[in-house]
Amino acid sequence: MDYAAVVAVEIFYAVAVLVLISAGLAVIFGMMRVINLAHGEFLTLGGYAAIVSNKAGVNIYVSMLVMAPLAAALFGFLVERLIIRWLYGRLINTMLATWGLSLAMMGGFTMIFGNTTTGIATPIAGFTYGRYQLSGYNLFVIFMAIAVAVGLYLMLKTTRAGLIARGAMQNTEMTSAFGYNPSRVYLITFVAGSALAGLAGGVMAPLVGLNPASGANYIAKSFITVIAGGASIVSGALTSAGIFGVISQTVTLLSTPAVGEIALLVVAIILLRLLPTGITGKFFKGRI
Amino acid sequence: MFTRDILWPAVIGLVLMFLLPLVTDAYTLTVLTAYAMLALSLGFIWGFAGILCFGQAAFFGLGAYAFAIASINIGTPWLPFFIAILVPALFAAVFGAVLFYGRLSDVYLAVVTLVMTLILFKFMNSSAGDGYKLGTARLGGYNGIPGFETLTVPWDSSEYLYDTSLYYFAFLLLIVVYICLRLLLRQPFGRALVGIRENELRAELMGYDIRLLKTIAFSIGAAIAGLAGCIYANWAEIVTPALFSLGQSAEIIIWVIVGGAGTLMGPLIGAALLGYTKFLLGQQSLIDNTFILGMILVLAVLLLPNGIFPAVVSIVKRVAAKFSTGRSPRSRAASRRSKLPNKTGHQADGSNRRGSTQSSAQSSAQSSAQGKSHNHRDDDGAAPIDRGQ
Repeated sequence: MDYAAVVAVEIFYAVAVLVLISAGLAVIFGMMRVINLAHGEFLTLGGYAAIVSNKAGVNIYVSMLVMAPLAAALFGFLVERLIIRWLYGRLINTMLATWGLSLAMMGGFTMIFGNTTTGIATPIAGFTYGRYQLSGYNLFVIFMAIAVAVGLYLMLKTTRAGLIARGAMQNTEMTSAFGYNPSRVYLITFVAGSALAGLAGGVMAPLVGLNPASGANYIAKSFITVIAGGASIVSGALTSAGIFGVISQTVTLLSTPAVGEIALLVVAIILLRLLPTGITGKFFKGRI
Repeated sequence: MFTRDILWPAVIGLVLMFLLPLVTDAYTLTVLTAYAMLALSLGFIWGFAGILCFGQAAFFGLGAYAFAIASINIGTPWLPFFIAILVPALFAAVFGAVLFYGRLSDVYLAVVTLVMTLILFKFMNSSAGDGYKLGTARLGGYNGIPGFETLTVPWDSSEYLYDTSLYYFAFLLLIVVYICLRLLLRQPFGRALVGIRENELRAELMGYDIRLLKTIAFSIGAAIAGLAGCIYANWAEIVTPALFSLGQSAEIIIWVIVGGAGTLMGPLIGAALLGYTKFLLGQQSLIDNTFILGMILVLAVLLLPNGIFPAVVSIVKRVAAKFSTGRSPRSRAASRRSKLPNKTGHQADGSNRRGSTQSSAQSSAQSSAQGKSHNHRDDDGAAPIDRGQ
């Protein structure tokens, strides 16, 4: 019984991590049809921001939940103005440009922080449950993922800004005919997506040793989660994260983490082959 | 056709082959040749068939691993040489069939090929230990496979091909592959591929089985990438999972886009230039190498979306046209028309897809017939179809 509870937490945790790291990418892809291949580096940027500000004496929660998204949002603002803006509507070119950006950021991190692994301690202690030791921080990650998903949903569904964003996503010309500047909507969307990436990076920072190439660990998973999810932002990310998280974590528990990751990737290929427009291209069509 | 596609490339290639050792040593040149071959493989499938494969490194790595494993198991290096070409080609044929018969394209194709590379990378990285063996070859995990028989002179198995002789061998192969690709693109098969790149729907309505054609092209590209991997394995004398890495895949795409997608020459130039630049940059430690490569890619996409080679060609043509009065303005227009195989062009003429399917199919049949008769540029085969019809 205890073991079942532990396994359940582990699986929820795997799903939560996927939701968290792919939320930013999902917002940017779902709204703007732009694939940001530098997403992994945005996460790393958030992680570094959290670590640096924490080492400078800022409270750990402030550095994770405020400083990290802030840094990534500022950087996202620059990137949108300097690169992405020129490439709207050219999906492949944006992918290539952001891939270049990802390499450049990786090189930049190496120059600034050196080719070493840094980290901070987890702020929440573990606790025992029955005969097992559980990490309290994992529960915090699950909580954060739920908060992000619910927040995104409410934001898009109930606020005026969300309404405008959804409008711009469905019909850009109509939105601009109503007097909303699509270029500004895109800018804000990209900055919001970047902030979410930074938040995820900050939350993940205590769990992983951060090095300049960490982004590569995230990008593939978040990329797959978003593409397999399809066009609907929240429901797509949630369903595909659910499928991938359950499968990879189950395989990991049965064998090794490497096999678990391979299983995730294989499932992704099969899923995309069967549902080429993503899960929400077939089910939950038109939802958020 | 003989002079343009066989004689000139062969002569220029041979001259270059003997001149390049004056610039730098054969050791560097060999790996640059392997890179050029790899860039050519992606340049072919991306630039001419419109298949943007984000995982060309997978076939490169497969070729290298196939050579190493077969070489250890067989003991002689020439059979493995052919296995190194065959294994990626077969793998790509099966994998490509799964993708193209499922009509995956664009971003989904990119994701799936990327994921494929990651799977191989992760698998090879975690293949340390005695459990992972193919025949007598241990896969070796992160450390890769060292110590396999490398290529020898075919008639004397004690004389190894290395350094200068390996360079000449690799460069000759590159010339042969280049000429073969040029000839292939002159064939109906090559023309059909360019047609698919320009407009899939139209090519299909004309009766081409685009799924089959794409699969074959993908497989040819993989075979060339495998050959490049085989040369690389002979040069490095070790194969490691880094061959499958995302960075490697990114680099191939950078070479092609910087050199110029849609041409065969561009990727070669891009690979040689950037490969050499990387080599020179590796000798300094002030600025990180990856940083510069990344910036080059960003700037290339923003400023030079057609690549160096087409840009240089169009400048040369414009200058030449200024000096000679005999040049017709038509050929200048043709050189300006060459463009990247991105999807914008397809969207632009999507509007008349529905209305005038029949007439446009006829007109494109005419224009492809014209394309065969005036043999100007290999990337102009599918000249934009006149919209007026």
